[in-house]
Amino acid sequence: MAEPFIRLRNVEKQYLTKDSVVLATEDVSFDINESEFLAIVGPSGCGKTTILKMIAGLIPYTKGEITIAGKLVDRPQTNVGIIFQDSVLLDWRDVLDNVLLQVDIRRLSRQKYEPRALDLLCDVGLDGFEHKKPYELSGGMKQRVSICRGLIHDPPLLLMDEPFGSLDAITREQISMDIQHLWMEKRKTALLITHSIPEAVLLADRVVVMTPRPGRVAEIMDIDLPRPRRLDRLPDKFNDYTGHIRSIFQASGVLHLD
Amino acid sequence: MTQTIAELGQLERRAAWRARLLPIIGLMLFLLIWELLVRWLDIASYLLPPPSEVVVQIVERFPQLLQNSGVTAYEMLLGYFMAIAIAVPLAIAITASKSFDNFITPIILFFQTVPKIALAPLFLVWFGFGTLPKVLVAFLISFFPIIIDTAVGLRSISPEMIDLARSMGATKMQIFARFRLPTSLPYMFSGLKVGATLAVVGAVVGEFVGADKGLGYMLLVTNSNMQTALMFGVIVALTAQGLILFYVVQFLENILIPWHITVRSGQEHGTM
Repeated sequence: MAEPFIRLRNVEKQYLTKDSVVLATEDVSFDINESEFLAIVGPSGCGKTTILKMIAGLIPYTKGEITIAGKLVDRPQTNVGIIFQDSVLLDWRDVLDNVLLQVDIRRLSRQKYEPRALDLLCDVGLDGFEHKKPYELSGGMKQRVSICRGLIHDPPLLLMDEPFGSLDAITREQISMDIQHLWMEKRKTALLITHSIPEAVLLADRVVVMTPRPGRVAEIMDIDLPRPRRLDRLPDKFNDYTGHIRSIFQASGVLHLD
Repeated sequence: MTQTIAELGQLERRAAWRARLLPIIGLMLFLLIWELLVRWLDIASYLLPPPSEVVVQIVERFPQLLQNSGVTAYEMLLGYFMAIAIAVPLAIAITASKSFDNFITPIILFFQTVPKIALAPLFLVWFGFGTLPKVLVAFLISFFPIIIDTAVGLRSISPEMIDLARSMGATKMQIFARFRLPTSLPYMFSGLKVGATLAVVGAVVGEFVGADKGLGYMLLVTNSNMQTALMFGVIVALTAQGLILFYVVQFLENILIPWHITVRSGQEHGTM
């Protein structure tokens, strides 16, 4: 098998607070293969967002090693698309200009990327909204714009930090289907951070289950379900997977089902 | 009875007109009651002149009022622009460097607490009767809201936004110009608006302490001559000056940040 696209080895992150040292993650090791969809699921405060930010090179790690395509991550990675919990759109730019922000900052050609931006917006059902301002959109629409912004420069890696966290239940389902659709079409390496067990199992090829603070890898599970996975046609195996993850959380004291 | 949508639309339009007319009607009513009360109760004109007399005075002394307005407006604007020119770069420096922040913020806080009006006599001693001391008081008094609101605005950007910018490979200059500065504009404008109304106060206080021209000076002269009606005229001129500057700043705000909630909600309800 080829070298994994992303490698984490014994990664540790300590935060210095005013009067103590907080261990956010400890001894985290896993790989993400090229074109693989990997989800990290864990309770709040298990350091899953920290892991994403370390992979993106936005915060330094205190021990261990992270490599992307064989290169050590020691600075902000620009060859990625990041989607945050909040859509973080610029209020003063319209939808199209928000997607093209990537292009402007990277000094790429607007002419070349504008048709691509329009295609992406169309893919997520936002055709006709190109010239709306963010305040005219619903929360779900804003998040779709931020997904398009994350994909416009065609990065090989898509990082998603609880992208459904601030959305209502129906919008969450729709956007997770949108993401599956986009991923199947483009086959980018994808990392999804979530605290939702069903969402992780629904979207991922493999799920990394984390323990509470300090975050460690409890188990890495292969999700062997055919795609496209549909919410209205979930096989029994789906419940076996989610049930197994719940039992891990139960064992570590995060979840009490009785 | 249920109303049709067309009827509701008509009602809304009527309400919008009413919203525009009511303040004017209110003001007219206030002036009318003032006029009538002064006449009925036979209040001496040197205590409270009727509005009609104030209007007559404003018309009669218009050239004098205009000339003195020019003097005060000059002091006010010079002080105000000086405040912007120094406060905005300083706010940028404070938010850019933690050590500069630690170094300068206590000094700024100290000067902010000093009653600026108490400094006016000192400026007179240092700089004499000319324009400079008035400009300085206007500058000092409008400086603090501008620097504080601008600094708050520059700090208001979310950490995610910065992360996003860094993941795009944005340079420090790009992060500032394309993310931080536009985010700070609504805050900056609220400081600029407060500063605008204070600048006129500063210029007048400067003139109170020692001057031979300007609206503040005219206010003192009319006061000692018991020309109360003309004094009201001066107050009207001062108010007009402050309002004009305020609305100019607000106009710029509407043009520059039409996307911001404060500007939008104002438009929707047709209010300021």
